[in-house]
Amino acid sequence: MRRNSTTSAILFAIGLALAAGPACAKTAISIGLQQEPTSLDPTADATASIDGMLAHNVYESLTTVAEDGSVLPDLAKSWTISDDGLTYTFKLVEGTIFHDGTTFDANDVKFSFDRAMGKDSVNPSNGIFEPIESVTVIDPNTVQIKLTRKDAFFLFNLAQGDASIIDPESAEHNNITPIGTGPYKFDGWTRGDRLKLVKFAQYRDADKVQIEKIAFRFISDPAAASAALMSDEVDAFPGFPAPELLPQFEADPRFTVEVGSTEGEVILAMNNSRPPFNDIRVRRAISYALDRKAIIDGAMYGQATPIGSFYPPHGKAYVDLTGMYPHDVAKAKELLKEAGVAEGATMTMRVPPFPYATRSAEIIQAELAEIGINAKVENVEWGFWLSEVYKKLNYDMTIIAHTSPNDMGNFARGKSYFYGYENPAFDALWNQIKTEADEAKRDELLKQGQKMLAEDAVHGFLFQLPKLSIVRKELSGFWKSSPVLFQPLEQIRWTD
Amino acid sequence: MTLFLIRRTLGFLATLLGVSVVVFAVMNLLPGDPALVILGIDSTPDAQAALRSQLGLDAPLAERYWHWIAGLAHGDFGVSYAFGVPVSGLIAERLPLTISLALLGTALTLVTALGLGVLAAANHRRFGDWAVMLVSQLGIAVPAFWLSMLLVLLFAVKLRWLPPGGFPGWGEPLAALRSLILPAVSLALVQGAVLARVTRSSMLEVMRLDFARTARASGLSRSRIFVRHILPNALVPIVTIAGMQFANLVTGTIVIENVFYLPGLGRLIFQAISNRDLFTVQALVLMFAVIVVTANFAVDILYVLIDPRLKARLA
Repeated sequence: MRRNSTTSAILFAIGLALAAGPACAKTAISIGLQQEPTSLDPTADATASIDGMLAHNVYESLTTVAEDGSVLPDLAKSWTISDDGLTYTFKLVEGTIFHDGTTFDANDVKFSFDRAMGKDSVNPSNGIFEPIESVTVIDPNTVQIKLTRKDAFFLFNLAQGDASIIDPESAEHNNITPIGTGPYKFDGWTRGDRLKLVKFAQYRDADKVQIEKIAFRFISDPAAASAALMSDEVDAFPGFPAPELLPQFEADPRFTVEVGSTEGEVILAMNNSRPPFNDIRVRRAISYALDRKAIIDGAMYGQATPIGSFYPPHGKAYVDLTGMYPHDVAKAKELLKEAGVAEGATMTMRVPPFPYATRSAEIIQAELAEIGINAKVENVEWGFWLSEVYKKLNYDMTIIAHTSPNDMGNFARGKSYFYGYENPAFDALWNQIKTEADEAKRDELLKQGQKMLAEDAVHGFLFQLPKLSIVRKELSGFWKSSPVLFQPLEQIRWTD
Repeated sequence: MTLFLIRRTLGFLATLLGVSVVVFAVMNLLPGDPALVILGIDSTPDAQAALRSQLGLDAPLAERYWHWIAGLAHGDFGVSYAFGVPVSGLIAERLPLTISLALLGTALTLVTALGLGVLAAANHRRFGDWAVMLVSQLGIAVPAFWLSMLLVLLFAVKLRWLPPGGFPGWGEPLAALRSLILPAVSLALVQGAVLARVTRSSMLEVMRLDFARTARASGLSRSRIFVRHILPNALVPIVTIAGMQFANLVTGTIVIENVFYLPGLGRLIFQAISNRDLFTVQALVLMFAVIVVTANFAVDILYVLIDPRLKARLA
């Protein structure tokens, strides 16, 4: 009898465990990520996956951004802007606490901004804070920010992880134990394996948050990522690294496959400060040599949208300029001849270790050979690329994606920026763009900017980097496209 | 024997010192700035300069080396640029996995290789021999990462017997062991193939010697001859190769850890090199050097144990 009761107790326990399995799955989720950060502080490290995991999940900012790119209130529940566009007064949400129990108020906002703006600041985007003159606490729930000049992107920029509102008591240790005000609190990080978040019960909108436990798994190898999805180790892979493996998942009824857009423009950058690329005819010849369809088919398995200038196709102000330099070998050769570039001239392409870049490089190399340019492909490591190409401008051509939003201003950074491009007319135009508060007018200027860059053929504009996501059918709430680096997880739901 | 040990230890320390200088020089000569890697391409030069001085990267090279080596003498490996935590902690949290994987891989390698090698030698020019030779030829030809992908497809995706990767930590021993099976098998199959062939040929060589024939003539059983007489005499080349393979195995885990996304030292060194995380790379390379040198050392000691003639010569 006794043995019997033990046996039935064990059976009962097993039964419970089995029954608990599916029930648990409804409030827990495991998300695969390719890139693992080395720090968890978005205000001191630019690694995109820090924002991807933690911004607006653990940390919050004054504003946030929706999937369509529009700015929404977050820690600031409302704001007013003075008529001259220079003074922003933010009303803050009340009754919010940090994960360590300290209360959030206007002083935390001031602390966060002063820290990011300070002389010794290591904020990776301290350009965001550059237009700020001062931050003043009016009362515990009101904060006023004064700008030195108008900034059209100010409210959008405030939503980024770099502008997270942090707590003076815990700021120092955010790199290993992040503390914010968001819907999820940090629950441990096994470096090299996973990072865990758990729902913050005292979050101001806690009742709207359905998923209780989140595990991010770091899987860099595409084949391993695929195996992890197929064997139910991860439920979602929002930035899947291998376009060639998508058909396999499209055919699998367990998954939803989405091909969305990111803010990443992929360009064949040419060193405009160095001959022969200082000659517009050479740059145009190379633009004519590019067959974007062949590049996208070969490098991205057809999963990308071609671009003809430096602005994302999903943006409101987008103009399609892909027809400005159609693939035309004869024309390209003629231009090269005019510019005095000899047949068989050798140029190097220093390519960083990203699949989109290394794969595109091989196809572009063949296309350049057709117009008589002998392009040597040098595959370099990321640290080398940063120091030689980016910092020292020691390169002829390279392939790189610019993933920040609103980054057309790169072309106004002068000759010392790695483009080596300088055009006073564009500088003036960018100045107008970044200070124009009226959206319709700004879009008009952005269109002019795209045209100007395409006419100047500053670079070979290739395609917009796609966001490939593979998600379990029963999961909803993942963004198809990414206007920003983060993905709010409070919207994720398991549905039946 | 004591003199031998002292000489080996001094050589060992000199090797490590040489390795540390080379790594330090190479990491500093490599183009790449840790501050720029951390802050990304949209950061301002001011922020990069601030971070460089925070990390102590603005001090002269010799001074930085001296600081590091002086710290090392006190058991302080320094603080990682990228992670912002002590390097010793980073290594300590990853060491158990890599060591378990290497030991498990070695154990599997030895068991399969000795088993198959003896089987092949005992069945020389018969079916068993040919089968072992064929399988081991395949094992040598197939790269470990490809084999591991096939294993994952079969055992994790299709049959779902084992996890496709990851490591839950030794806190859950059963789950931890399960997640080490596929990586250890992929390591062992490739390494074991080489060792099986070495075992076979070494055994065959010894079998031809006079004492083996005498043993057979004196009427000893076949299995006794193999285990008591032939195998011990065939061990020297096997131990040599096995020692080299253990060192290979530790570095071979770098690839395997990526395929099975295991949080081990291999992935750490990969990440540290990309981040120009000097102190972490230094510590890891030194550690790998220690492991390789220790493995060689162990092989030397084993020679003495296996071969009494060497012992006599040393004494």
